[in-house]
Amino acid sequence: MDYRPEVISRLTELWEGKDAGVLQGSPDIYNRYRAEAFSEFLRLGIPDRKNEAYKYTNLEKSFGHRYEQYFSPKPDDFREAERFHCEVEDLDVWNMVLLNGFFPRGDEGLAMLPGGIWVGSMKAAARQFPSLVEKHYNKYARNENDGLVPLNTALASDGLFLYAPKNTVYTKPIQIVNLLHSTQDIFTQDRNLVVVEDGAQMSLLVCDHAISPQHYLTNTVTEVYVGCNARFEIIRVQNQHNDSGKITHTFIHQERDSFASSNNITLHGGLVRNATWHRLNGENAETHSYGLFLADKQQHIANFVKVDHAAPNCNSTQLFKGVLDDNASGAFNGRIMVHKDAQKTNAFQSSNSIILSDTARMDTKPQLEIYADDVKCSHGATVGQLDENALFYLRSRGIDAKEAKLMLMFGFAHDVIKNIPIEALRERIDNLVLMRLRGELSRCASCAIQCN
Amino acid sequence: MQTEFLIQIKDLKASIDNKEILKGLTLEVKPGEIHAIMGPNGSGKSTLANVLTGREIATVTSGTVTFEGKNLLEMSPEERAREGIFLSFQYPIEIPGVSMVNFMKTAINEQRKHRGLEPLSASEFLRQMREKKELVEIDSALTNRSVNEGFSGGEKKKNEIFQMAMLEPRLALLDETDSGLDIDALRIVANGVNKIRRPDTSVIVITHYQRLLDYIVPDFVHVLYDGRIVKSGGPELALKLEERGYDWIRKEAEVSEETWTTDRK
Ligand SMILES: Nc1ncnc2c1ncn2[C@@H]1O[C@H](COP(=O)(O)OP(=O)(O)O)[C@@H](O)[C@H]1O
Ligand SMILES: [Mg+2]
Repeated sequence: MDYRPEVISRLTELWEGKDAGVLQGSPDIYNRYRAEAFSEFLRLGIPDRKNEAYKYTNLEKSFGHRYEQYFSPKPDDFREAERFHCEVEDLDVWNMVLLNGFFPRGDEGLAMLPGGIWVGSMKAAARQFPSLVEKHYNKYARNENDGLVPLNTALASDGLFLYAPKNTVYTKPIQIVNLLHSTQDIFTQDRNLVVVEDGAQMSLLVCDHAISPQHYLTNTVTEVYVGCNARFEIIRVQNQHNDSGKITHTFIHQERDSFASSNNITLHGGLVRNATWHRLNGENAETHSYGLFLADKQQHIANFVKVDHAAPNCNSTQLFKGVLDDNASGAFNGRIMVHKDAQKTNAFQSSNSIILSDTARMDTKPQLEIYADDVKCSHGATVGQLDENALFYLRSRGIDAKEAKLMLMFGFAHDVIKNIPIEALRERIDNLVLMRLRGELSRCASCAIQCN
Repeated sequence: MQTEFLIQIKDLKASIDNKEILKGLTLEVKPGEIHAIMGPNGSGKSTLANVLTGREIATVTSGTVTFEGKNLLEMSPEERAREGIFLSFQYPIEIPGVSMVNFMKTAINEQRKHRGLEPLSASEFLRQMREKKELVEIDSALTNRSVNEGFSGGEKKKNEIFQMAMLEPRLALLDETDSGLDIDALRIVANGVNKIRRPDTSVIVITHYQRLLDYIVPDFVHVLYDGRIVKSGGPELALKLEERGYDWIRKEAEVSEETWTTDRK
């Protein structure tokens, strides 16, 4: 039986009561898109496996659950999060804690970081920078057959806003610890906007961290604008639990001479789907999409990437790796689209997975659409086991089989981690991955982020 | 009964895919001895190295291997290494993402644990790395990389001997460590082996050519042909092989129907 009509009727109820309910006090800049988005959602529905982009991902496990609450935060909710103190030793970052994707004290104004970067809630952004928000909001997100994007546009009440004005350079990473916490099973949607203007630089580390055992489902949309000569990096570390679902849609729009990189490190999660859209809109831009996931039990981890080469002389890479054990399943769907005028494009894609059990599975699907003639594109996918020769080499030096396997898996994973531009972070994430591989990283165990 | 041998291989037979490769091989090595095993391509030299180190490509069908009085064939590859067996691979493997430093640290500490020793301190480990690198004249930058990744053929061979220096084995098996080396690299590698050796370290040198044996001078030379040791002698046997090739061995082997025995001199 199709689980979706019931879910859609619950969401419709939520929609109908929104003005007195979840969207109370929401700024007009966001509200003006909602009605059309909701009807778009109703038209597209919740994606199923007939949808090419969800061919290997069954959302029922997460969307079919009956959540008790749709999260739309009240000031009280943040008290718990405030208590959650987070310190990152010798990792020089500017750090903040969100709750289920929402900025505490959403009604207060934006804060300014040293160097001149603004940070705060979307609600505050609409008040403080209305014309900037108007210029960028909902301009990069695309529905393309995926009803979950308009669902977010219709009903997300708030989220995180980051703004690096022209030529502001903040070299420290901004770390966002996003706590997933609730006393009830919740569905939550956050909507985020990042604007990195011409010549500015920003580096973002987002750690999703589940701290209570409830069922969660998160549907996140993040739009990123990267101006001319600007630089933007985002690293996501997803450490949730088997009853949590996490759907992210990240749209990175790049102008001339810009650089962007996205790195999704999925350590744990029941169902995770990260969709990363890169649009190279100006010449000489460079973009990188990286992903690493470690999945076991019944977990499903999917990565969807689309790189749009809309301008000439741009470079892109996609590198995704996964290690799958038990009954875990993974999917990689990587698309490269080279538009007619995007001559001298270099686009590279690679997906490699290691399967540790007979029952784990990995599906990969590269898709290349090339309309220009002077283009270098390559793609490759491998799914295999650990290299027996390498394993023997390590064991022949006295390293026991278990440790040798771990070293090889770690080596395999490090190939993605090594692309993280900040050394201290690279080491942290190396450690996290090692702990995860050793089975020492349980749901609430202190990860290298050292929350307490 | 206390054995005087470090390793005793008796009538060893091993097959790959039901094809017999080692056809009854007997070899005994005392502590401190150097034995050379020579023989044409495909005669089973690497297979012998694999069987001794526990690689499961070949299946042992009969015979025994005793190492310091213990049954070697019952041990896992890692146990053999911890007991003091080291193989310098004919074709060292590249392992992307596994750093040389981490690899060596793990290997040394696992071996120390086996001997009931504490892990090496970071500074002592680094000191040893430095010292042993000099011994085999290996470029410092190489040990900051992933294991063998992007190393040239010669660098890979040096790296094998570097690992031998770090691990200080009781028995070193050098499988064609000289192949692919120019004469300078050959001298460095061979001298490295000589410097690493303690008086009771035994070495089995597997090689095609006599030239390595100018540097690592064997006490015994054995000819492996078609899975058996068909001739044993002193260093002069290697010179004779260099001069006359393997054809005369082949003829001798084919003439005779009997099983070759390998009496020690
Ligand atoms: N992995 C393998 N699979 C099948 N046959 C093998 C394998 N390795 C070696 N052999 C066979 O075993 C025989 C001996 O090989 P090897 O021990 O490598 O000889 P050598 O080192 O003396 O040149 C050869 O006939 C070779 O083809
Ligand atoms: Mg060989």
